[in-house]
Amino acid sequence: MAESHGEAKGQNAGAHTEADGGHHGGAFPPFDSSNFPSQLVSLAIAFVALYLIVSRFALPRVGGTIDARQNKIEGDLAEAQKLKDESDAALKAYESELANARARAQAIGNETREKLNAASEAERKSLEDKLAVKLADAEKQIATTRTNAMSNVRGIAADAAGAIVQQLAGVTPDANAVNSAVDASLKG
Amino acid sequence: MKIDPIHQFNIEPLFTLGHIGNYTIAFTNSSLYMFIAVLLIALLMLASGRELVPGRLQSMAEISYEFVASTIRSNAGADGMKFFPLIFSIFMFLCVSNLVGVIPYTFTIASHLIVTFAMAIMVFLTVLIYGVYKNGLKFFKIFVPSGIPIYILPLVMFIEVLSFFLRPVSHSVRLFANMLAGHIALKVFAGFVAMLGFSLGALGWVGGVLPLALTIALYALEILVAFLQAYVFAILTVIYLNDAIHPGH
Repeated sequence: MAESHGEAKGQNAGAHTEADGGHHGGAFPPFDSSNFPSQLVSLAIAFVALYLIVSRFALPRVGGTIDARQNKIEGDLAEAQKLKDESDAALKAYESELANARARAQAIGNETREKLNAASEAERKSLEDKLAVKLADAEKQIATTRTNAMSNVRGIAADAAGAIVQQLAGVTPDANAVNSAVDASLKG
Repeated sequence: MKIDPIHQFNIEPLFTLGHIGNYTIAFTNSSLYMFIAVLLIALLMLASGRELVPGRLQSMAEISYEFVASTIRSNAGADGMKFFPLIFSIFMFLCVSNLVGVIPYTFTIASHLIVTFAMAIMVFLTVLIYGVYKNGLKFFKIFVPSGIPIYILPLVMFIEVLSFFLRPVSHSVRLFANMLAGHIALKVFAGFVAMLGFSLGALGWVGGVLPLALTIALYALEILVAFLQAYVFAILTVIYLNDAIHPGH
């Protein structure tokens, strides 16, 4: 497409050339061969100079800058990767250390708990034994106290009955009769 | 008001450099613009910074570098990179001189056929000499496409040889004609504005808006063409060099 474009323009230019060339009478400058040597010499000098500048200085300079940047970026990326790997490793180490510590703490806790459990169990047992002994003593005491109290109650009741009879009848009742009457009512 | 769209292509000798045989070698306006192009390229490539984060000028230099380098790599492979300085010089020389040439009152080097033809011949000879030097007689296999029946092979070979030797012509005329025609068209349309105004007065100046708009549009197109033709010239050079580096279709 570019070619056909160029050709069309070229023909156009050609038409102009003839018309204008005929009008002014002078040669069309691009086709005036008297100018060719000057242009060729200038072009040769300019282009060789450009080629030398470009190949000796310009391209190594700009290429060097681009390469330096590329290297810097790659170096930085590698450095970042290295640091990331290191931090990953550190994280992993920290995690395993933490897991270890946790397991150890758990073990120690279990052990301590069992030890304490055993100790408290033993203490409880001895305490319970002691308490049982005390309880038995207390029960025995209660039984004797109660028996005593009951016998006291009979005396008090007989005395009270004798006194009540004396007050009511004015005679002192026979102690045996009172006792048997109290016994009968206690039983009843 | 006379419009002379050809005047801009005149070669004006500025001073005489010397004589070769019967020819006078002069430093002309064309020479001046050639050296301006060289100077601008040198400035761009050598005066721009070398920062890690490039500024505008440095970006332009680096983009030019990468652009030409990637063009060569994609069209001629890594082997083509030995021609990097040549291609870069050709592309930058044409691109900068064409873009300078679009500025009014300047001179466009590539609007002279002798200049583009000399560059095309230089490319042609580079291809021919390097191709034969690198590949010996195998280089001429580019004229013998594979998989062609024997009875039409002579015809195909004739066409291939003809097209090979006509390359410098098409290569140079394409660039020359584009620059010449574009500048003439610009001048004609721009001159039309002034002609209307001076001949018809106020009405003419109002009517001149139309060719003015066209001139602006053409100007934008010419900026594109200035770059594009430099690129086309450079990429054709790469494609021709690829024949010399990797002969055989």
